[in-house]
Order: sequence, then C-alpha cells, then structure tokens
Amino acid sequence: MSGADTFQDARSLYQDIILDRGRNPRHMHRLDPFDARAQGENPMCGDQIEVRLGFTSDGRVADAAFEGRGCAISLASADLMADVVRGRTRAELHALAAAFGTLARTGDAPLADAALDALRPLSGVSEYPSRVKCATLPWNALLAALDAGPGGA
Amino acid sequence: MNAESKLSMLAPAFDVERVRRDFPILSQSVHGKKLVFLDSAASAQKPRAVIDAMTHAMETQYANVHRGLHWMSERTSDAYEGVRDKVAGLLNAPSREEIVFTGSSTGAINLVAHSYGRGILKPGQAVVVSEMEHHANIVPWQMLRDAHGIELRVLPITEAGELEMAALPGLLADGRVGLVAVTHMSNVLGTYNPVSRIAQLAHEAGALLLVDGSQAVVHRAVDVQALGADFYVFTGHKLYGPTGIGVLWARMALLDAMPPFMGGGDMISSVSFERSSWAKPPSKFEAGTPAILEAIGLGAAIDYVQAIGMDAISAHEAELTDHALSRLSAIEGLQVIGRAQDRGGVVSFTLEGAHAHDVATLLDRNGIAVRAGQHCAEPLIRRLGLTSTTRASFGIYTTREEIDFLADTLVRVKGFFQ
Repeated sequence: MSGADTFQDARSLYQDIILDRGRNPRHMHRLDPFDARAQGENPMCGDQIEVRLGFTSDGRVADAAFEGRGCAISLASADLMADVVRGRTRAELHALAAAFGTLARTGDAPLADAALDALRPLSGVSEYPSRVKCATLPWNALLAALDAGPGGA
Repeated sequence: MNAESKLSMLAPAFDVERVRRDFPILSQSVHGKKLVFLDSAASAQKPRAVIDAMTHAMETQYANVHRGLHWMSERTSDAYEGVRDKVAGLLNAPSREEIVFTGSSTGAINLVAHSYGRGILKPGQAVVVSEMEHHANIVPWQMLRDAHGIELRVLPITEAGELEMAALPGLLADGRVGLVAVTHMSNVLGTYNPVSRIAQLAHEAGALLLVDGSQAVVHRAVDVQALGADFYVFTGHKLYGPTGIGVLWARMALLDAMPPFMGGGDMISSVSFERSSWAKPPSKFEAGTPAILEAIGLGAAIDYVQAIGMDAISAHEAELTDHALSRLSAIEGLQVIGRAQDRGGVVSFTLEGAHAHDVATLLDRNGIAVRAGQHCAEPLIRRLGLTSTTRASFGIYTTREEIDFLADTLVRVKGFFQ
C-alpha cells in the first residue's frame, strides 16, 4: 500500500498539483530588481513568505516571485498565486485576493475569472479550518506588497 | 497473607486500561478513527472524577465563598479551602496559606512580575530567564523590563537541549540579579532542569528562584522545599483538572512583603474611601470571586493522580518516552529535537520533506492529535534553527500501542510527501 493511498480522505486538501507545487515551486526565487515587496508571517507556525513584485509602466504586475519557508499548502498557494498575478492591475488583484479568501474559507467564491479557477485546487482547505491561514498567507503578503513600495512592508 | 502482598493488593500495579476507562473522551472518534490523544502537554483530558466533582458541586452544593452566612456558602468555602490543603500536599508546601489560586500559570507569573517585580525589585536589577522558556515566562519579564527598568538576561541552552549551567554563575556574578525564572520541564524539549542546583547558585548570588512547573508537576512528584524554590507555579488543566485555575506557591515571607496585584473584594481587611488595608496571604492575592468550581475540579484531579501515585505515573511515562524515542528515532529522516539526559513525556521532532503542519493534518486524519508549530516558545525554536516542530506528548492514559500507531503513521506521512 503506498503512502498516498492510505490518506485518501486528505486528498481533497493535498491534490496532486498542491503536492507538486509544494515540493517544486516554480516561482520560489529572489526577484531582483523589483518594485515592491512585503513579508507575510504566520506567528503560530513561524512560517514566513516574502513576495516581490515588478510592475509595468501602466501599473500592472509584470513579474512576481516569493521566498521563504512554509508548509505544502502555503508554498503551493504562493506558487499558484504567482502564476496568475501577471498582467493584473492592483484593483483586479484586490478583487481576486478577496475571492480567494472566500474560496479558502467556504470552498467556493462567486467571481467569474479564469484566474480563480486556477486556484480552485486549494478550495479543499475549507474543510480544514486551522489550515485556511496557510493558504491565505501569500495573498496577505501580496496585498501588503501592492500597498508598499520597494522598501517593503 | 504477609504484609508485602497485602500492600500490593492495596496498591495494584499501574493499569493503563483501567485509567483509560476513567476518561470518557477517550472513547470518542475523530474523522471516523479512534482518538489517539498525544497533545496532553497543551491540555490534558479530564477523568470522570473531575467532571463529576464539578457537576456535583453545581447540582448540590454551590454558593459564593467567604461571604454568605448561610449553609451553602459555608460548605462551598470548605470545599474551596480544602483544595488549598490538597495543593499544599501536592507540592509539599510548608503552609496552606502559601498557596495562592490564580487563573493559570500565566496568571501566576504575571502576579509575581507585577507584585514582586514592581513592588520589591528595584530599577537596575536583573531577571534571568532561560532560552527554553514558554512565552508565559518571557513576556511578563519583558513587560517588567520596559515598565520598571529591569534588565532581562538569558541563560543559553546546549546543543543537547539542556541548560548551559556553566553560564549561570557569570550571569549572576555582578550581584544585580533579583530573580531567576526557569521552567522545571521544557514543553518543547522535554528537558527536566536541575532546579535545586539553580536555586543554590541563585541564592548564593542573592537572587530568588521562580520555577514554572506547568509541565513538571504533571509527570513527577514535586517538593518545593527540597527544590529550594522561592516561587513555584502550575496550572490545573494540564494536571487533568479544568481550565481557569492555576496556582502560585511562594514563601510566606515573600507573600507578606509583596504588595497586592489586583484590588477588589476578598483581598482587603477593611476599606474606606481614604484607605484600605490588605488581608493576609493568600487572600491578599485573590481579589474578586475566585474560580470556585474550577478549584473544586482541581482538588478532584489532585486526588485522582495521588490515588494512582505520582511515582507510578512517572514510571509509566518514562517507559512511554523511552519507547517513543526508540521508535521515532528509527524513522529515517525524522529528527528528535532535544537529547537531554533527564527528560519527561514530551517528544518534539521534524520530518524531512514534510512541514510540521502538514504532518499534524495527516496525523489528525488518522485520529492522532499532536501539536505543531512553535509551541509558544518562539525564541527556543529560533535558537534551534527551526521554524516549527511536531510535538507528541504523553499522559497518564497514553499507551505503547498509541505510540506504535504514531510511528507507523509517520512512516506513511513521510511516504505521502515523497
């Protein structure tokens, strides 16, 4: 019996894409130069994720990357987030972050946006109330970075 | 029948299955799996005797204490004050009047930090804490430092997770230390600290010793006189009692000299608008209606563990801890945190390739409750070069089979994340 089979009921949380992104994040590196950065921190578990953003001249996100330490959920969430933020305005990202927060807490969110669909593998976290903050940690850092300049928040 | 066999009949060998039947919650299921509760260091489960004592009081014998000139109040006062005797017995305190009820260990330490800290310690003096303290034994002293000009000094730990005792004389050398505040047993490393030796060194340097017994009092017999401590604190809910009740023991001369912490009813001998005078200890430190039912529950918990015997409990837990250390250490990629010679029933570990929170979530799905994170000891976790650990902690009701199940499940957790 393989390890994965014996945790069948945890697979709603740990879908393949989550395990894969948690193990091998695509966007976990230091973005330099950058236009804004902020640190997200989860004091209960000690996890820290720093998000760095680059902007286009018209204020859209040109690039996003993160560094830090976290669990499979927070790293996968940061990685999927970095996938979807490119080309987005600040206003769009605020709306997306709010919708993702609802998705994480309730398992669904009413926002017609393909980006949200890309984040749906994380909806299983809604069945694990103590893990919701793992999924939202990078988004909180993103919002802080959008509000902060290069000095960071 | 000879005396020895009579004795063995009176004091039967520790029977964990019998103990488990005393804890109703242990028959509960979690996610359809049998509950395996390995988080007693955070808060222990409650035996029927504690539940019944509190319910019985509410159903048959309850009123406010120390106030009513009526039967119910007198009986409730007797029950409440009776617990003071039980606590004095548990700690081998010289006097029942040295037992102050608080809301928790945290409440007791804050009482000392405010009353002794601001009332007796002078700006410019220092308090020593260790690197392995729970936040409850760090933050009150930081607040005292910032409010009262007290220096905070930190006694480091060794790589094995024991106190760096060789560094203590140096910290005490300038004679400015008024108090050393250390845990009796680490809630992360399981380490038992050499409290008697610390007391001796502290006293030689003119300092007092506060011992945080939150973990230790659960696992071993404690004798505050033999330890040479000046303050000893613990909490009820880790000792199979209810939440909301903690204990401060302090030498009477200290309690006499210390100003009150909180003002209100019960802590005064007389009040006028011009001035009030204080009641004698312990009442001086018990302002307001106390946690009457919780104290009664704590009394039942003390009776319960003493009927089993602290020596039997510590022998059972020592065996469990040895078993856990050998089973867990055998798992490739699992690192036990802390290698103290003298340790209690708490085992923290990291698992390669799996974050503590992911480990805890998967264990939970198998019915196993553990704690994951920084365990309210952030400076210690940082000192160890970690961000979080998973912690399994054992109680009176923990079995070898549960530890085997933990170890087997951890092997599967590791496979899941590989």
